[in-house]
Amino acid sequence: MKTVSNTRIVVVGNGMVGYKFCEKLLSRKKDGQDFSITVFGEEPRAAYDRVHLSEFFAGKSADDLTMAGVDWYAENGIRLFLSDPVVDIDREEKLVRSHHGHIVYYDYLVMATGSGAFVPSIPGVEKDGVFVYRTIEDLELIQSYAKKARKGAVLGGGLLGLEAAKALLDLGLEEAHVVEFAPRLMPRQIDDAGSRMLQSQLESLGLQIHLSKSTQEIKGDDRIEGMQFADSFLDVDMLVISAGIRPRDEVAKIAGLETHPRGGIVVNSQLQTSDPSIFAIGECALAHHMIYGLIAPGYEMADVVATMLTGGEKEFLPYDMSTKLKLIGTDVASFGDPFVEEPACRTIRYENKAKGIYKRINVSTDGKTLLGGILVGEAEQYNMLLQTCKNKTILPPDSEDLILGSRGGEEAGAGVMSLPDDALICSCEAVTKGMICHEVGENGHQTVDALKKCCKAGTGCGGCIPMVKDLIAGVMKEKGVYVRNVICEHFDYSRQELMDLVKMNGLKTYGAVLDHHGKGDGCEVCKPLVASVLASLWNENILEKDRAVVQDSNDRYLANIQKGGTYSVVPRIPGGEITPEKLIVIGQVAQKYGLYTKITGGQRIDLFGAHLGDLPDIWEELIGAGFESGHAYGKSLRTVKSCVGSTWCRFGVQDSVSFAIEVEDRYKGLRSPHKLKSAVSGCVRECAEAQSKDFGIIATDKGWNLFVCGNGGAKPQHALLLASDVDKETCLRLIDRFLMFYIKTADPLTRTATWLNKMEGGINYLKAVVVDDVLGIADELERDMQNLIDVYKCEWREVVESPELRKRFTHFVNTPMKDPSITFADMREQKRAKEWA
Amino acid sequence: METITDTINAVTWHMACFVDDIPEDGGGCAFISGRQIAIYNFARRGEWYATDNQCPHRQQMALSRGMIGSHGEEPKVACPFHKKTFSLQTGQCLNDDEYRINTFPVMVKENRVYIGL
Ligand code: SRM
Ligand SMILES: Cc1cc2nc3c(=O)[nH]c(=O)nc-3n(C[C@H](O)[C@H](O)[C@H](O)COP(=O)(O)OP(=O)(O)OC[C@H]3O[C@@H](n4cnc5c(N)ncnc54)[C@H](O)[C@@H]3O)c2cc1C
Ligand code: SF4
Ligand code: FES
Repeated sequence: MKTVSNTRIVVVGNGMVGYKFCEKLLSRKKDGQDFSITVFGEEPRAAYDRVHLSEFFAGKSADDLTMAGVDWYAENGIRLFLSDPVVDIDREEKLVRSHHGHIVYYDYLVMATGSGAFVPSIPGVEKDGVFVYRTIEDLELIQSYAKKARKGAVLGGGLLGLEAAKALLDLGLEEAHVVEFAPRLMPRQIDDAGSRMLQSQLESLGLQIHLSKSTQEIKGDDRIEGMQFADSFLDVDMLVISAGIRPRDEVAKIAGLETHPRGGIVVNSQLQTSDPSIFAIGECALAHHMIYGLIAPGYEMADVVATMLTGGEKEFLPYDMSTKLKLIGTDVASFGDPFVEEPACRTIRYENKAKGIYKRINVSTDGKTLLGGILVGEAEQYNMLLQTCKNKTILPPDSEDLILGSRGGEEAGAGVMSLPDDALICSCEAVTKGMICHEVGENGHQTVDALKKCCKAGTGCGGCIPMVKDLIAGVMKEKGVYVRNVICEHFDYSRQELMDLVKMNGLKTYGAVLDHHGKGDGCEVCKPLVASVLASLWNENILEKDRAVVQDSNDRYLANIQKGGTYSVVPRIPGGEITPEKLIVIGQVAQKYGLYTKITGGQRIDLFGAHLGDLPDIWEELIGAGFESGHAYGKSLRTVKSCVGSTWCRFGVQDSVSFAIEVEDRYKGLRSPHKLKSAVSGCVRECAEAQSKDFGIIATDKGWNLFVCGNGGAKPQHALLLASDVDKETCLRLIDRFLMFYIKTADPLTRTATWLNKMEGGINYLKAVVVDDVLGIADELERDMQNLIDVYKCEWREVVESPELRKRFTHFVNTPMKDPSITFADMREQKRAKEWA
Repeated sequence: METITDTINAVTWHMACFVDDIPEDGGGCAFISGRQIAIYNFARRGEWYATDNQCPHRQQMALSRGMIGSHGEEPKVACPFHKKTFSLQTGQCLNDDEYRINTFPVMVKENRVYIGL
């Protein structure tokens, strides 16, 4: 899309989608692009959250619902006219004229006029006490009228109608009726059986449901006194009409844009109307022959137009219309194609009248994919099912498990429990699964400590401890004992629970956490765990306050302790790119302090054999030359490997080195439940091995593919695709969310691969959370990540500059002497640590 | 280095360091008569302990850099190398019966820490 130096954009309509368009346009704007944006809104206030409109009755104020206050528009240079609808568009002159007479020229015009309530032409609809349910003003009117009314009805038993009916009950009316023309409730979302179940659930909430009723007339003098149906009469004194929506295409029509006979501004997949410089988005647009009356497709439309106006390319594809009903006191959801019938599919139904549950799934005739379904009374599996359906995930052989839950009893920990008995769990001590299960089940050794003692499992490198824990849990579960994954004897919480508590209470020291939420004096399990949680929450220097002594020894001295008691030094070399000058400095430092040097598997250089007391001096020199800590000692971001990419490589399609450096700089210092590794490759040849990383990025012709939860190491696992062909910004945004979600929910010392393996719903669920934001936490995750990034400081620099912290880097407290027990051996013109005695 | 001979308990008290040389709820290592002694300031309980600095598992001079804590009522230290834990009172290894370390009496007087050898 061509953009001129100062592009004039006029947005007609300041609803949810019109607002989102402004937001997206600003965030997608690239350097050198300049827009002057004018927005006209018909309503008296700036865009607010219509989806949660009903919460107005639950006490939310108009301010609470606001998407962004008028200040936001001013700060971003957007001219906003409220209570001032556009009344005319002159397409020849490219200008709009508003009700108040403002005339604004445009290069591009964006229609975001939404829709209004559809009011059927029943005699008497104009009477007092008849309302629609669309704006804050509508709700204010309903609220004040309800004070003197006793019996209310809603015309329309669809998604919105039921929400409105529940609102009438909550407003304190004695009777609340739902009148539906069709023979069932929510006719567009659920089937007969589902509707019957829903009806009985709603009736138990106190709603009265009238189906197959066609309203002939609204009775009463000036104000409504009842509804006359063909066969009966309903005595009510107020009525809310919720019989569907009517796209607001009237201005478009006057301007001569193509509209559909049944309403809606016709657009192509670029969301252009019949005039190429005019777009239509949201509920006023008719795309792919339909009006998308939901917010998610509206936002997607906003994104498409914002992308194109900032020079990108994007298309609006037919959008999923799955919905989950909120606020009515019972769960209702439908997804995919809820109505396909046999023989076009295989349908599985589950009905439990006593509990008010009805579930239906439609599975393809070959049993491989999920086509759609309906959930009434219990919709916990909605997100999982929706993802399964959307991604065409291959179904398990017993697809009824999807709605009934697995009945084989193997759920949590099934991963390890399904291993054969002779699988080696602790390779240091050669302990098998069978031995561990035996110790747990027969000999009653049910803690990690007990197992360490009786069979030495987990006493070597400790890498198997998470698996040992799963086995304990698995065996206990088989024996019917419920085990909570608590941290240790000092904290009766899981890591995630404790993290939430620490965050809520703003605790910043180990002592405070122990005092508030623990007992006893702590230990080597909870101390580093709390230290990591504190770092992940606040990112303050890990050695300050009382935190130094609760760090694992590597973190405590900001270096890896080696065989023999010396330490290694690993400066950060982002993306593996380094100048000759810096290489020389590393060489000089190694020479001066007598260090063994080696190129690591992570594309940087490790200097081994440093005395504790030399560390601050070594780092002072490195920092002077522009290096930073590489965090090789922390449960934190290690390296972001890169391949050379398009700058030199004849196959490269993107600049992988620059992106790797950007990613590494963004997440350096980030503390997490376990270490994090990443890589960026410049094309599908994948020389950076991104698919073996916790998060890996591979360039494509169109952008970047993001893979997550890969692992090298002891149990290699390929990373899985999280998003494809995304631009850099989106890619970083998704990584922000992914990492923060991992940090918040993973068990201690669990790599992302293991975390995913244990996650119910697996990658589909992860995608739903990270990409589709089904939990509605994406903004919070991004914000939390940004906070951590904003406060990052190189912790070695802080130590070097603080005499107080520096003082702790000595082997003896009473003499400057180095540890006399340290000795080295020679090897290939360098030195090495002496063998274990 | 200052020493005090205590004939009743048959130990000699060696001045090891000042109180604030050892971080609260952490440890430090002092060089005393050619030996490396780990000293712990268990501030949370208002107690001081001293043990060998060397871990008997792989003979690493590291216990003073370990994390301290409790197992039930028992105060303990964990070796940073492979996390063997030792009672600060008895020196017994708590997760491997084979190992045991020496413990030493500690006296704190006028801001000075003394170890009895
Ligand atoms: C230095 C290095 C080996 C080398 O000479 O190349 C290395 C050295 C250590 N690795 Fe590694 N790993 C090194 C790259 C790797 C890689 C390759 C990579 O990153 O591309 C892997 C496999 C990839 C992966 O992690 O997914 C790797 C998988 C491990 C694992 C197994 C992790 C797992 O999930 O199974 C451990 C054990 C652990 O973390 O619990 C480990 C642990 C260690 C520790 C930290 C063990 C320890 O606690 O002392 C070693 C520290 C040695 C030291 O003296 O500093 N190292 N380690 C590499 C440093 C890279 C860097 O620049 O930071
Ligand atoms: C009670 C309620 C509950 C809902 N619940 C859900 C839900 O759970 N999930 C879901 O996905 N969706 C839900 N929706 C639908 C969702 O709110 C809409 O899809 C969304 O608001 C559409 O956004 P929009 O910007 O296209 O239209 P709107 O939000 O309607 O905004 C259009 C704006 O343009 C203004 N306008 C019209 N003509 C002009 C003009 N000529 N000049 C200037 N301004 C003009 C209008 O006054 C309005 O302010 C719900 C809707 C309601 C009413
Ligand atoms: S991954 Fe592609 S771009 Fe990168 S070095 Fe290999 S071939 Fe070149
Ligand atoms: S050296 Fe101390 S536990 Fe191994």
